Amino acid sequence: MLFPRIIPCLLVHKKGLVKTTKFKDPKYVGDPINTVKIFNEKEVDELIVLDIDATRQGYEPNYKMIEDLAVECRMPLCYGGGIKTLEQAQRIFSLGVEKIALSSVAVENPSQITKISERVGSQSVVVVLDVKKKLFGDKYELYTHNGLKSSGIDAVQFSIDMQEAGAGEILINSIDRDGFMDGYDYNLIKEINNVLEIPLTVLGGAGNIDDIGLVIQQNGIIGVSAGSLFVFKGKYKAVLINYPSASEKALLMEKYFLSGWNS
Amino acid sequence: MITIIDYGLGNIRAFVNVYNSLNVHTNIAQSPKDLEGASKIVLPGVGAFDYAMSRLNASGMRDELENRVLRKGVPILGICVGMQMLAKGSEEGTLPGLNWVEGEVELFKAEKFSYKKPLPHMGWNTLNISQNNKLLRNLDNQARFYFLHSYYFHTQNLENIIGTSEYGIIYASAINQDNIYGVQFHPEKSHSNGIQLLKNFSEI
Repeated sequence: MLFPRIIPCLLVHKKGLVKTTKFKDPKYVGDPINTVKIFNEKEVDELIVLDIDATRQGYEPNYKMIEDLAVECRMPLCYGGGIKTLEQAQRIFSLGVEKIALSSVAVENPSQITKISERVGSQSVVVVLDVKKKLFGDKYELYTHNGLKSSGIDAVQFSIDMQEAGAGEILINSIDRDGFMDGYDYNLIKEINNVLEIPLTVLGGAGNIDDIGLVIQQNGIIGVSAGSLFVFKGKYKAVLINYPSASEKALLMEKYFLSGWNS
Repeated sequence: MITIIDYGLGNIRAFVNVYNSLNVHTNIAQSPKDLEGASKIVLPGVGAFDYAMSRLNASGMRDELENRVLRKGVPILGICVGMQMLAKGSEEGTLPGLNWVEGEVELFKAEKFSYKKPLPHMGWNTLNISQNNKLLRNLDNQARFYFLHSYYFHTQNLENIIGTSEYGIIYASAINQDNIYGVQFHPEKSHSNGIQLLKNFSEI
C-alpha cells in the first residue's frame, strides 16, 4: 500500500539554512549537511531543499552545495533554486538529485518544462507554485521571485497547465501561511488536488502533526511538506530538527489515512 | 566488487555512497573495458525507456554486458528503468529491451483504479515478499521502499516474481531469473531497507 509522504522543506540562504515567515525575515536554523544527517537518522520520506537566493539574485545553482547534499541524502532529494535550462537540470541530476523544482522559469517560459521533462522524464520534474489568496473573492494568484513578483496568473489553472506541459508533480506553497504554524490552507489544497492527475505536495502552515493528518484525511495520497514544524520546537521557536518517529507516523496514518479518508 | 553501469542515467553516486558505507568496493563502468573483472553488476536507470535503451546501446557496453550476464552468469541487479530494460519492450517506447527476462513493460491504467490515484506512482510503498530469495534476506514482509514510476514489469512467468506491490493492481516489483535480478523501487533511496537489499545483492 502506498502511503502519503511527509516531507521536510529546507530553505538555503547565504549558505545556511533559514526559515521564513510570509517569505520574509529569514531566521538561521542550521547547517545544511548536519541537518541532512539528522534527517537521515530519522528516516524522512523525502527532502526538499530550496535555494531562495538563486533566482532572486540571478545566480547559477550552487553545484558544490547540491552535490554535498546529494551525497549525504539517504532519501529522495528535490532541489530547487535558479534552474532555468535543460543543461542545468541535467547537471543537477548527475550530482545525484532525484527531482528538480522549477518555479520562475515555469511562469516565464512554460515550454522549458516540456523540454526538460521530455528529456529527463516527467517523474523528476516538480513545478513549484508560490500562491497568495487574492484580497477579494476566493481565487489564488501565482507569485514568483520568492513571493515578490505577482504574476496575475490563477494558481488552479496554472497547475493544470503545468500538468499538461509535462510536470510530474506540483508543489503548492502558500505564502500567506508560510511560517505561521496555524494550519494549511485546506481549501486551496482540496481545490488543486481535485483537478490534478499527477502527485501534489503542499507546503505552508503546519504547526503540529495533526495539521498534516488533516491534509491526509481530506486528500488521501498526497505529499505533505513543512518547514517550521520540523526545525522549531515550542512557542518560542527554539531550533530543534525533528520529525515523527516510525511509531508516531504509524499512529498518524492509522488515525487519518488507514481508517478511511474522505475520498 | 560491485560494478555500476554509468550510461548517463541514474543516480550512480547514490549507489557508490551506500556501498562505501558498507565497505563494499565499487567500480563505475563507462566502457566495455571497465566491465572486465566485474563480479556483480548494478544497472540503474531513470527517465524514459527509449532514452535509456538508446543511451545503453550507444555506450558500447551492451555486448560485453550480455557476455558477462548471459554467458558468464555474473549477477546483475536492474533498478527502476534498469529493471524495465530487462524486458522485451515497453509500452512507453518503440525500442526493444534487453529481453533477458520474460516480460513486457506496461503503463498503469488509471481508469482501472478503484478511486483516483495520481501517476506517477510516487512515494513509499510496501514490498510483499512472494518467494524466499537471497536478494530479500533479512527484510520484513511489507518492508517499505521508495517508488517513482508510471510503468511496471508485467510477466506471465510467475516463478520469476519474488516480490509484489500494489498500486491499483498487484504487480511484480522484484524479480529474479537465474543470475538476473530487478527491482522497480529505489533501494539507494530507501533508508535501512534499501541498504539491506543492496548489501544482500553484494553477498549473492
